[in-house]
Amino acid sequence: MSLAELICPAGTPAALRTAVDAGADAVYCGFQDATNARNFPGLNFTPEELAEAVAYAHAKGAKVLLALNTYPPAGKVDLWRQAADTGARLGVDAFIVADMGVADYIARTHPGIRLHLSVQAAASSPEAIRYYCENFGVKRVVLPRILTIPEIRQIRKEIPCEIETFIFGNHGLMVEGRCSLTNYLTGQSTNMDGVCSPASDVEYARHADGSMSSQLAGFTIDCFGAEEKAGYPTICKGRYTAPHRPKGYYAFEEPISLNLSQLLPELIDAGVHAFKIEGRQRSKSYVRGVVTAFRKAVDDIRAGRPANMADLVALTEGQKQTQGAFETKKWR
Amino acid sequence: MAVREMIKLTLGPIAYHWSAERRRDFYARIADEAPIDEVYLGEVICSKRAPFFEADLPATLERLERGGKTVILSSLAEVMLKRERKATADLAELASPEIEINNAAGLYARGDRPHRVGPFMNAYNEAAIAWMASRGATHVCLPGELPAPSIDVAAQAARALGLGVEVQVFGRASLAVSARCYHARAHHRTKDNCQFVCEEDPDGMPLRTSDDRPILRVNGIQTQSESYIDLLPEMGRLIADGVTHLRLMPQAVDMVAVAGLYREALDGRQTVAAAEEGLRALCGNVAFSNGFYHGAAGYRRIANAVPA
Repeated sequence: MSLAELICPAGTPAALRTAVDAGADAVYCGFQDATNARNFPGLNFTPEELAEAVAYAHAKGAKVLLALNTYPPAGKVDLWRQAADTGARLGVDAFIVADMGVADYIARTHPGIRLHLSVQAAASSPEAIRYYCENFGVKRVVLPRILTIPEIRQIRKEIPCEIETFIFGNHGLMVEGRCSLTNYLTGQSTNMDGVCSPASDVEYARHADGSMSSQLAGFTIDCFGAEEKAGYPTICKGRYTAPHRPKGYYAFEEPISLNLSQLLPELIDAGVHAFKIEGRQRSKSYVRGVVTAFRKAVDDIRAGRPANMADLVALTEGQKQTQGAFETKKWR
Repeated sequence: MAVREMIKLTLGPIAYHWSAERRRDFYARIADEAPIDEVYLGEVICSKRAPFFEADLPATLERLERGGKTVILSSLAEVMLKRERKATADLAELASPEIEINNAAGLYARGDRPHRVGPFMNAYNEAAIAWMASRGATHVCLPGELPAPSIDVAAQAARALGLGVEVQVFGRASLAVSARCYHARAHHRTKDNCQFVCEEDPDGMPLRTSDDRPILRVNGIQTQSESYIDLLPEMGRLIADGVTHLRLMPQAVDMVAVAGLYREALDGRQTVAAAEEGLRALCGNVAFSNGFYHGAAGYRRIANAVPA
């Protein structure tokens, strides 16, 4: 049976301590700049904060994974290299990378530190994963959220590295690392700036009939009746019309979050080494709740006890949930 | 003008599910009439479509080469299923023609043998390009969202390594790919049961916001820009910055005429303003954009301060 490590989000030093205290095997975090894919205002770490965080986590037996998982635009590569050097100096346990230039630099400059392949690299076949393993010594791949469990089981047999999958949180629709929807509407890039549907471009407009529309950079992403709770305007969760859908529909996906807690036993059996909880942008209490519940569930499964998932369902705050691509090919 | 005459105009792979007949007619005209130097062939978006026109590929290739075009075969952007892995591996084994790789699975299969790096490969910077060149890349198509200052740095670095450098200057931008088929979804189907409904939309399926503003186009698993990229006015700067190849993406408009306008503007036989006017007339009501190039929102059209 795999170790089934729990990889938990740390958007802030406080969230990091919370996740470690709640039983995270590892936490992942980033610096306060474009070098990571959650470059949101008020999130992430200064080098000083990261130094303290590494000390705190290591004292409690948890690892710290540094996300350097964006794509440096030409002319700005030094920022990513410096971030890697700083992370190495501060003793992080692994780098999470996507760009081949960044991977190559770390493999040559910091060969003693583990490389994990970010979901942003979109490696969805054994061949693609092996490319990164053989060229950069990648030790773990974070799989795109597009594979079924039988497919994951098959990939596991054909690759020389560990597998990490997302189990809970935001449900990305597009192949990560290949999406410029946000840049198309806002001028800020997910790949280059670490930004997705940025809050600075969000507006909610109340209409005379009591309805509310959510907008991103002036584009209406969704509309809500007076009684409905207005959601955040993420482009791939928006409601649009098409020639065959004149009334409007969720063209890509409904506002929905990923919850694979029911599939946890199967995923462990399929050989998944580590489970990632999404949510570096979420609150401390959210992190505490989710990590605590998943810690207990994983421990129960590993001890052969039935796991109680009811607590996890409650955490989704009434949001709709999906098992996404993992359960059936019909999702596609 | 000498430098400009060295610049290659290329035709990217057809992104849409055009019928085999439409493709045959299209490439016959391109071969005979279009001032295009290089043509990328093959299915990049959806592996289910390939069987419809695969049988025609050798004849199309031969026809284009007879018309004086260099032909390059492009690989799938998304590789996950068995048939996609096999298609990618088979392509990587070809000694000729040249191939353009759009997924790391293709890079793995190709090893150190020469190849082109496609726009889905995320060659965002000089470090990634240097790495790819060290593994056999001879040519790189830069990501569509890269802004001008980065194109400059990337192009100079690639040129110094002897690589060709390509930028898309016409057609809808690829904004995202997914495992899910949004054409099928719009018609209450799944990808496995799509019945190739994407064939109904030869220029993509338009999505509009609830207040009726055009926003995106759906092409199977791909999401594209509503606007056509038009960097005709920016070609002078692209070339000055070291770009060697300018890519036109096939849209459902008169692509022979489009290619003619770009070529004439390149050669100085038409002013940029006149070529732009011609392009506008060819493309109906479609919006043109150049925001990515200017570091702005991609859909925007930024007035060009410096005439080419």
